[in-house]
Amino acid sequence: MFSLSSRKRKAAAETSPWQGPLVALRDIHVRFGRQPVLREINLEVPRGQTLAIIGESGCGKTVLLKTMIGLVRPNRGQVLYKGQNLTRMSEAELAALRTRFGFVFQQAALFDSMTVAQNVSFPLRQHGYKTPGEIEQIVLARLAEVGLPESVLHRKPAELSGGMRKRVGLARALVMNPEIILYDEPTTGLDPIMSDVINELILRTRQRNPVTSVVVTHDMHTARKVADRVIMLYPLSRLRPDEPQMIFDGTPQQLDACTDSRVRQFIRGEAGERLMELREQASGAF
Amino acid sequence: MSGSITQAPAPRGLAAALANRIADFGELLISWAVVVGDISLFTLRTMRWMFTRLPRRETLMPNFYQIGVLSLPVVALTGTFIGMVLAVQSYQQFRNLRLETRLGAVINMSLVRELGPVLAATMLAGRVGSAMAAELGTMRVTEQIDALSAMGANPIHYLVVPRFLGCLALIPGLTIMADFMGVVGGAFYSIVVLNIDSHHYWVNSQRFVGSFDLFSGVFKSLAFGAAIALVSCHRGFNCDPGAEGVGRAATEAFVASFVLILVIDLQLGILLDALYYTLWPEGPSFV
Repeated sequence: MFSLSSRKRKAAAETSPWQGPLVALRDIHVRFGRQPVLREINLEVPRGQTLAIIGESGCGKTVLLKTMIGLVRPNRGQVLYKGQNLTRMSEAELAALRTRFGFVFQQAALFDSMTVAQNVSFPLRQHGYKTPGEIEQIVLARLAEVGLPESVLHRKPAELSGGMRKRVGLARALVMNPEIILYDEPTTGLDPIMSDVINELILRTRQRNPVTSVVVTHDMHTARKVADRVIMLYPLSRLRPDEPQMIFDGTPQQLDACTDSRVRQFIRGEAGERLMELREQASGAF
Repeated sequence: MSGSITQAPAPRGLAAALANRIADFGELLISWAVVVGDISLFTLRTMRWMFTRLPRRETLMPNFYQIGVLSLPVVALTGTFIGMVLAVQSYQQFRNLRLETRLGAVINMSLVRELGPVLAATMLAGRVGSAMAAELGTMRVTEQIDALSAMGANPIHYLVVPRFLGCLALIPGLTIMADFMGVVGGAFYSIVVLNIDSHHYWVNSQRFVGSFDLFSGVFKSLAFGAAIALVSCHRGFNCDPGAEGVGRAATEAFVASFVLILVIDLQLGILLDALYYTLWPEGPSFV
């Protein structure tokens, strides 16, 4: 009886348009061994929003992003996608759900052994949705969208520049027409012009498709240009146990007006007392 | 500014030192239990995927080519030389006993029961096991394994099952090749170089080496192949970050595979011996 009603609820959830937040994180705690990384994170990402997650290196931005797609399982808390709890899903259910996600990795994470065409078409071939002819058309269209010519189709990732690899990674993330795209530091390691090309691609992707985006970055230019909303995480090692880890949540305009010294220091890129703190930590470790 | 040097207080007294030793030993045992549990779960997940959905042909074939075809020359070469070395090492002792013509029996028996399977597996662990650990380790470090998961593909199904099937399906063939080339190498050295009578060499070989010997070698090789694939893939999947981590995973994969080959060899040797004497209680006939 219970399973029947649960199945009915699931079927109803799939057919009727979801009114709540696309992704919701409830009381998320993540630790690796004895090292806590995320503490009591509560976050809702509405459909269509572009959220930027900023914060200094090691504060748990990427872990938070990977928690959203179930690549990192939280020690406590729930990850809800359209109300469905990812943390309780089987591997098969999670695999099916992930077809609605696109993930752009920091170093693109293209498969070395495959050509560009095979990389971009991988999700389509994996889920067997299209014929080879249709797949080729979709791959060409996606590569054209990110400004890559047909001549790169049969090249291996090692033969591409950093910017081209990132764009192939973006094309691969877009190939399944995802509802949400997660970007992990999309502009890191690129020159300023190529960084802005990636920013433009993020904006245009959103204009073309009604897609929700979460962008992890420490590039303030990217955060200001692409985001509707910005949150800032702070490393747990520098917080008191009663302080929240998310120290800012607002629009890019509110970010610029924020008076919190930690936020101001980050957005201005000022070291301040940080070097002294690092030296003290280093000397305390010996 | 705190510039003081902090360190853990040194244990005082015999009881404290003993407690520390016990705690260290306990920690070691726990870490071993964790590794064994982790490998067991990894094996179970691999088995589950093997019985639910087999990988596609285009995923299987490159792995089969790497594991089988590219390992064949080195396994054949090793077999040939081991056969000849056995002839060189055994000849003087057998000659002193005037039993030179029995040389074929000892060479071929050693090859098909022990040296063929163990050396083929060792070569596979060195050539393929380390490469698998390094490749999967690099994929882990560069987030390619995460990328597979993010695109809804299961990394165990996509990466481990084809390698496991490749090792399992092709190691018997590699073992038979090592056996065959060893027999050829041993016969060549004994008959051509040491001038042993070829008729008696082969007749004695035929009398002493039975089909059960060949079966036991090939049967053991299946277990070796499974162990190599699982241990190497597990090391790759749990690789530490950086070039050092990948290098360590490749080394650990070979060392752990080699130790497992020896342990499995001993255990299966005892088991197969017991099986032989259960099936044929009168033992092998040398008359």
